Amino acid sequence: MLTKRLIACFDIVNGMVTKAVQFQDNINVSPAEEMAGAMYDAQIDELIFYDITASAEKRHIDIEAVKKVARRVFIPFTVGGGIKKLDDMYEALKAGAEKISVDSMAVRNPQIISDGAKAFGSQCVVLSTQVKYTGQTPSGYEVYIDGARVATGMDAIDWLRRGQELGAGEICVNSIDRDGTLSGYDLELMKAAQAAVTIPLIASGGAGKPEHIKEMFAGTQAQAAIISSMLYSPRLERNYTVCELKEYLLQHNIPVRPVRV
Amino acid sequence: MVKIIDYKAGNAPSVLHAITRLGCEAVFAVQPGELAGASHIILPGVGSAGATMNSLHGMNLIPALEDAVLKKRIPFLGICVGMQILFEHSEEDNAYCLGWLKGKVVKYDSSKVRVPQMGWNLVNLAKSPLGAAQDDYFYFVNSYHAIPEHKPDIWGVAEYNGTFTAAVHRDNIYATQFHTEKSGEAGLMLLRRFLSC
Repeated sequence: MLTKRLIACFDIVNGMVTKAVQFQDNINVSPAEEMAGAMYDAQIDELIFYDITASAEKRHIDIEAVKKVARRVFIPFTVGGGIKKLDDMYEALKAGAEKISVDSMAVRNPQIISDGAKAFGSQCVVLSTQVKYTGQTPSGYEVYIDGARVATGMDAIDWLRRGQELGAGEICVNSIDRDGTLSGYDLELMKAAQAAVTIPLIASGGAGKPEHIKEMFAGTQAQAAIISSMLYSPRLERNYTVCELKEYLLQHNIPVRPVRV
Repeated sequence: MVKIIDYKAGNAPSVLHAITRLGCEAVFAVQPGELAGASHIILPGVGSAGATMNSLHGMNLIPALEDAVLKKRIPFLGICVGMQILFEHSEEDNAYCLGWLKGKVVKYDSSKVRVPQMGWNLVNLAKSPLGAAQDDYFYFVNSYHAIPEHKPDIWGVAEYNGTFTAAVHRDNIYATQFHTEKSGEAGLMLLRRFLSC
């Protein structure tokens, strides 16, 4: 059977993995390819890299960093940040990424989703979206952009539906309310998302301990969980290994790819 | 020398990285003449069956491929869409494909399961010239899957809304629906065995 995925997510600034709490105060952790390599060896299922300042600094994604990662890891990885047009997507795919994540840019220019899906296939296009409960939209959930700083007034659940129609192959839903809080995923948000789309969903924001991942997989249809702080944040009292997390999930009847010894 | 068909839509660079990691040499082939001298041929695949067939036609690669694989029997590995186009027809883009293997390619029922299938699935691989039977997890990204007409062509199966064909093998032709090059150490091991055949 298809297993649930654990995805390690890295925010990259100047080639370094950083960790932020609710999008502020990034602290450096280690070089991207080193962290990626360590996660690969630990048998994580997938990786995501966000070049988080690329958009704001109006520059392209760090292609050299993507190439270094591609030579080191043999599992799927997604890159995002600074993707504005089809050529940017092609460059990142050619450098070895499997999928491209679009976020703020897709809100400004939704056609990038359909263009990307037509050119490279839906499976290459991940729609990532930053969602906050504001009560100001029909579903109550609102889309934020530009590092979750700018409210758009758009209904988040509508936006996911539209993203699927435009050809996204997968959707990553990040809860701004939970991001970096280590208080667990936003299960209500994921339930609203799963009712709106039929493509695979990734839950993001809030994982702080193994129970959170278990509760999310047991309580929603999301197929993948983003974990970051709990794997490597120096701010946490305790980090978890991929092996520990997977063993815990298997013990609780959540199907995951077991770690091979 | 291993030749990787590069039709500019696929995951050819990832396949190249994986082969390099295994200590082998590989180059991209984009023209018919570049298939000459191939020890192994790999057809990676990302994108749609119709677009892939159009690219292969546009590059005029099909006669050279058929000569190398069907006549000269050079070991061949198709990956993902590179497996699907080996069959006669794909529902995707209503594409008429290579027809090296009898059968068709159909879509998963999105009213029953999330489509595309995306993630690691447990594959039962039967005994083959590449090794003993094994069960292992491999990474899939696919909305369509093959239904071979000749059951002996089925090399591996997995479950997604029922049992589907995850890998096929006939003579010198091997193909996997999963991404061998992105399936961690299990994928690299399979690739290593293919390169040793």
